[in-house]
Amino acid sequence: MIVLNDIHKSYGRTQVLRGCTAAVKLGEVVVVCGPSGSGKSTLIKCVNGLVPIDRGSITVDGVSVTDKHTDLPALRAQIGMVFQNFELYPHMTALQNVSLAQIHVLKRSRAEADARSEQLLARVGLSSKLSSRPDQLSGGQQQRVSIARALSMDPKAMLFDEPTSALDPEMVNEVLEVMQALALDGMTMMVVTHEMGFAQRVAERVLFMDGGEILEDSPKSQFFANPSTERARQFLTKVLSH
Amino acid sequence: MNDFDWGVIARSWPFLAEGMALSALLVVVSTAGGILLGLGLALMRRSDHAFIAGPATVYVTVMRSVPLILVLFWFYFLVPLVIGRPVGALASALVAFVLFEAAFYCEIIRAGINSVRAGQTEAALATGMRRSQVMRLIIMPQGLRAMTPLLFNQVIIVFQDTSLVYVVALRDFMTTASVVASRDGRPTEMYTLVAVVYLAICFSLSKAIELYGKGRAR
Ligand SMILES: Nc1ncnc2c1ncn2[C@@H]1O[C@H](COP(=O)(O)OP(=O)(O)OP(=O)(O)O)[C@@H](O)[C@H]1O
Ligand SMILES: [Mg+2]
Repeated sequence: MIVLNDIHKSYGRTQVLRGCTAAVKLGEVVVVCGPSGSGKSTLIKCVNGLVPIDRGSITVDGVSVTDKHTDLPALRAQIGMVFQNFELYPHMTALQNVSLAQIHVLKRSRAEADARSEQLLARVGLSSKLSSRPDQLSGGQQQRVSIARALSMDPKAMLFDEPTSALDPEMVNEVLEVMQALALDGMTMMVVTHEMGFAQRVAERVLFMDGGEILEDSPKSQFFANPSTERARQFLTKVLSH
Repeated sequence: MNDFDWGVIARSWPFLAEGMALSALLVVVSTAGGILLGLGLALMRRSDHAFIAGPATVYVTVMRSVPLILVLFWFYFLVPLVIGRPVGALASALVAFVLFEAAFYCEIIRAGINSVRAGQTEAALATGMRRSQVMRLIIMPQGLRAMTPLLFNQVIIVFQDTSLVYVVALRDFMTTASVVASRDGRPTEMYTLVAVVYLAICFSLSKAIELYGKGRAR
């Protein structure tokens, strides 16, 4: 579904990605972890072309992300993305946030879009918050709205960049539960997270990044029981110890 | 000097009103035209292409570093030389004001756009919107809130600047008042009037900005 081949990316002189190769199969959930600054956000933003790459190739469902002739907006519409800081539109209600791209990208009528948005907000447990503005919602609620917003495009795959890192601890689970339900529904997911519990329950495979390289790409059981690199081992002790 | 004659205001009112009308016209045209052109310049300056962004940057930098009075002169004296026929004082003043103010409105609009977090653009692009849609639906509505007080401020500045049109022999409110002042020998009355009118207009505009800010805060 998602194929990354030998991705290189620099910002000025800093090389952020040094030859990353990975794939996410249809219906698979892959967790990406690694220390801060290792390039996880950059890697996941390459997948839908938010970050242009210097070298390598990326395809999503067979369509090249890097090809100049690809209609990037059309491709992005098929890939949902959820951000660490939610990035809901502050000048719109929850319902409007979820309906906006349906109306302007999928060209659904407002009534159609709103009906679909109501369904999705119900699915993430927010039926009572349709007309709330983002600043009236808790972090966990905002992140669930943003998941509904991504789902509103009926995506083929979902990208998550540390979806629970900005949340108070008591709100982490409500978001992880929504994500777990999505995974059970068969959604293809690439998830940057430090929630190793989520990885253990939901992921098929774990990628471990450090210094812009993918050091490990293993089935989760192997990753947790017996990581092959020393750095992954150290990282695991650190995140699992708290 | 002890006896004031406030009747001078009433007697010269039609003349003063003409000056006021010209000031108002300049403010309205240069605000509307300046914002439109400024928006265009702001979008150009955001372009990734140097041949689009470059000229806009040069234009804005030049306009912001020369005094308005010079721009007024250029249009009044130079443009007729270039195109071979007179332009007329009012037309040249209107054009000069629009072109000059556009540079300032451009910077205000740019600041408003830049005040919106980059993550908002990423999130909107990620849903498949095109850049123009992101600008119209996500960035502008949020940026407008940040820029509105500055836009109001600029209107006040323009209003004060309209008095400069005397250099091309036009009579704005300030100029008509000083004509009456010297003609009738009533400087105290006339300049008091000018001060009061400027104060009233600038005060109500500032008040409007303040109320707008309060409305936003809720
Ligand atoms: N727009 C940018 N311009 C310059 N450098 C950048 C930019 N974005 C990221 N970087 C740099 O690239 C490196 C990798 O950043 P990235 O955000 O991908 O890391 P990360 O693994 O997601 O880290 P974190 O866990 O802190 O989110 C960092 O050193 C960062 O400073
Ligand atoms: Mg990151």
